[in-house]
Amino acid sequence: MQERELIPHLFRTEYSKIIAVLCNSFDLRHLEIAEDIASETFLKAAEIWGIKGVPENPTAWLYTVAKNKIKDYFKHQSVVERQGKEALKSSDIGTVLDFEFSHQNIADSQLAMIFSVCNPENSGDTQICLALQILCGFSVEEIAGAFLTNPETIKKRLHRGRTTLRSGNFQIKTLSDQEIKGRLESVLKTLYLLFNEGYFSKTNDQSIRRDLCSEAIRLASILTENSLTNTPLVNALLALMYFQSSRFNARVNDKGEAILLEDQDRSLWDQELIERGNYFLVNAYEGREVSKYHLEAAIAYWHTTPTGENKWEHILQLYNQLILIEYSPVTALNRAFAYARVYGWEKGIEEVEKLDLNDNSHYYSLLGYLYAGVDIERAVGFYKQAIALTKSRVEAETLAKEVKRLMERAGQDLS
Amino acid sequence: MKDFLLIYRADYNTYPDPKKSPEEMQALVQKWMNWVAGIAAQEKLVDRGNRLVKSGKVLKGNGSASDGPYTEIKESIMGYSIIKAMTLDEASKLAEGCPILSYDGSVEVREINAI
Repeated sequence: MQERELIPHLFRTEYSKIIAVLCNSFDLRHLEIAEDIASETFLKAAEIWGIKGVPENPTAWLYTVAKNKIKDYFKHQSVVERQGKEALKSSDIGTVLDFEFSHQNIADSQLAMIFSVCNPENSGDTQICLALQILCGFSVEEIAGAFLTNPETIKKRLHRGRTTLRSGNFQIKTLSDQEIKGRLESVLKTLYLLFNEGYFSKTNDQSIRRDLCSEAIRLASILTENSLTNTPLVNALLALMYFQSSRFNARVNDKGEAILLEDQDRSLWDQELIERGNYFLVNAYEGREVSKYHLEAAIAYWHTTPTGENKWEHILQLYNQLILIEYSPVTALNRAFAYARVYGWEKGIEEVEKLDLNDNSHYYSLLGYLYAGVDIERAVGFYKQAIALTKSRVEAETLAKEVKRLMERAGQDLS
Repeated sequence: MKDFLLIYRADYNTYPDPKKSPEEMQALVQKWMNWVAGIAAQEKLVDRGNRLVKSGKVLKGNGSASDGPYTEIKESIMGYSIIKAMTLDEASKLAEGCPILSYDGSVEVREINAI
């Protein structure tokens, strides 16, 4: 029983490490070989541990088996080579024979792997899928679960992504300063998307959502642990992730319905995570650069503070800066909400109506929310438009409840 | 969508008011930010633009180069931004909330005729 739980757990943590270290010893064109060896290693573990029991140090056992398997592979290759077929360069065999699964090598390899996988030539969705599979050891089914789509779609997406990785000629071995600078931005973007995929996921499965978020944090932490990649931007992104994660227990109710920040039970916020967020936010502001990650982290920071003097003024100014850096409908709507908090509902309504986001359900639900205190009939009308537009069943239910509450209130006002 | 240049004009002697307290200056900056970000939130800001330094030179065809524009004139150009809109009317509407208007200043809205 014990090993049945142990193997999935080890698989998550060790599978991607083994692949990273193996890949770091050849180059990325051999990704599939590394994956085969990692899979065979776990298969062997399942067989042997089932009979003989779990070894004292399961991780070391896995590394030894993986190492032996790669040596066997190269022996086999050199036989094939002598038969005149295409094979690996002999220099590869040399490097392979003296590689180690040391802590340092694992950390370096994982870092190199992150930079290889986050190839900006792939679309955002594809990058997330690749990261989940190669860097986080997720199965195709698990990824499909996170994206609420079928495994076939994910398989195709992964296939396309891998083709791009192979043709990209990106050498995983040498992570020079230059290469890090050139790709750090897209690495951060992938991790940001990965986190958001979990945090704002289409799926209501809380455990998948948490997994995605904690994987994004784990990968971002690898970046802060290496002096080459421990930049203010990385710290800002990590701060943002910790602040957001701190509210995980408070942001949905038992039925999976979202609870507005304002209405959340603050005692459910994880103080330890907030403190980690504070730590990385302070680090982030050591440089002079202010990125969108800085601004989003700073906004998330203000949300952890009690409503008090100038809180919303600060939040509004941060949203102002954010929208100037990068437009997005979500930022525009959040900014308008902050505007309403500072200048009152009516001015806020004016600001929202200017946005004219007629195909966005959140646009209408925000109008409904702001109108609720001013004009119930219009508020209900806007909520109904939001319900018609939303693709999320849970959101539609939450909004329908709000409509019912308002109608009841209107009924009471009349009588 | 067409691009429009907004040219902000005001009197250097009254804008920004040199007697203003730091808090008032901060409030003025905030007003500008709210206004510009409000345009960006509608996805209609092309270039936030810049402020201009007070001093400059004015060259003329006769070879003269004088210090200027004279800061005593009431309508010095203070800065500019570029926005986008379907029509001149729409662009003018976007310019309406510009903070410089509350300081006796003006905003000139001009369609950009791309070369």
